[in-house]
Amino acid sequence: MCPECDATVSLGEGVERGEVVACPDCNAELEVIRIDPPYLVLAPPEEVDWGE
Amino acid sequence: MSSRIRVGMLCSRMRVEEKLLRDALVQRDLDVDIVDDRELTFALAEPVRDWDVVLERSLSQTRALAALRVVESWGVTTVNRHAVVAACANKLDTSALLEAAGVPSPATAVAFSPEAALRATEELGYPVVLKPVTGSWGRLLARITGRDAAEALFEHKALLGGPEHSIFYLQRHVDKPGRDIRAFVVGDEVICAIYRESEHWVTNTARGASTRNCPVNADLRATTLRAAAAVGGGVLAVDLLEDGDRLVVSEVNATMEFRNSIDVTGVDIPGHVAGYVRAVASGAMADAGV
Repeated sequence: MCPECDATVSLGEGVERGEVVACPDCNAELEVIRIDPPYLVLAPPEEVDWGE
Repeated sequence: MSSRIRVGMLCSRMRVEEKLLRDALVQRDLDVDIVDDRELTFALAEPVRDWDVVLERSLSQTRALAALRVVESWGVTTVNRHAVVAACANKLDTSALLEAAGVPSPATAVAFSPEAALRATEELGYPVVLKPVTGSWGRLLARITGRDAAEALFEHKALLGGPEHSIFYLQRHVDKPGRDIRAFVVGDEVICAIYRESEHWVTNTARGASTRNCPVNADLRATTLRAAAAVGGGVLAVDLLEDGDRLVVSEVNATMEFRNSIDVTGVDIPGHVAGYVRAVASGAMADAGV
């Protein structure tokens, strides 16, 4: 379930804990906290020290 | 006695790169422990002995540097080393090291007040590129084409920025041909390179630039390896600009992203990195008599 819009989000094959997926309805970026049962939270926004 | 190498892969997220690296490490018979940097607690007097080598893949450069500092103090081998990541995380550090090593790079000046920054800009000659000393993905870059824009930008930076924005890091703008070059270094080898092409003057893939293969000729190889050596070596992505008929190094990245570079180059980048991690860890373990 998307924590932003309550849409059902199905996790595709191979999705792992720690990945970020997009909600198909509201396009929010969601971080996968747990696979089974699925638990998604809003992914934290980009921080100024992120990068290469 | 042979023992399996245990890799702690320091991550913030499982991006495409981290999954590819994890799989490449496992394929080479290394044990991989995914370590979420947000969940770490390190008691300095209680060394964690779970890893023979730590592969740093954090999104956050701040957390990466802190974690590397701690695990290196425990004698754990790291890829990249703390000193290398620190040198690459700060553009002024990188520039100073490149300059000291005689590696060609854009003319660079630093100032600490808007007035001094204006003087430095006019001495470099417009257009000038203003960059934050720390930052990535093309954030907060400004191409300054004249005095009005310079004055406005420097005033905004002085008033709105934090302490690190009181450093005005300025580079002569290089009129590159709609592209730059990213060369991938693993150890003492340039494994491949790409062109990053964009109609925007910021040719960063995080900003939408497209990629295609760039043949690695002798000049590119030599300049890239000199830049990598200047910051301490390891697994690095060196960004270069074509400045007329010569190459200049604009920056060096220590936690390189490569998802858009595998298909266009045909090079197994994560495989090369995994091989390097294994070699570095094996060497360190042999030295320690493990």
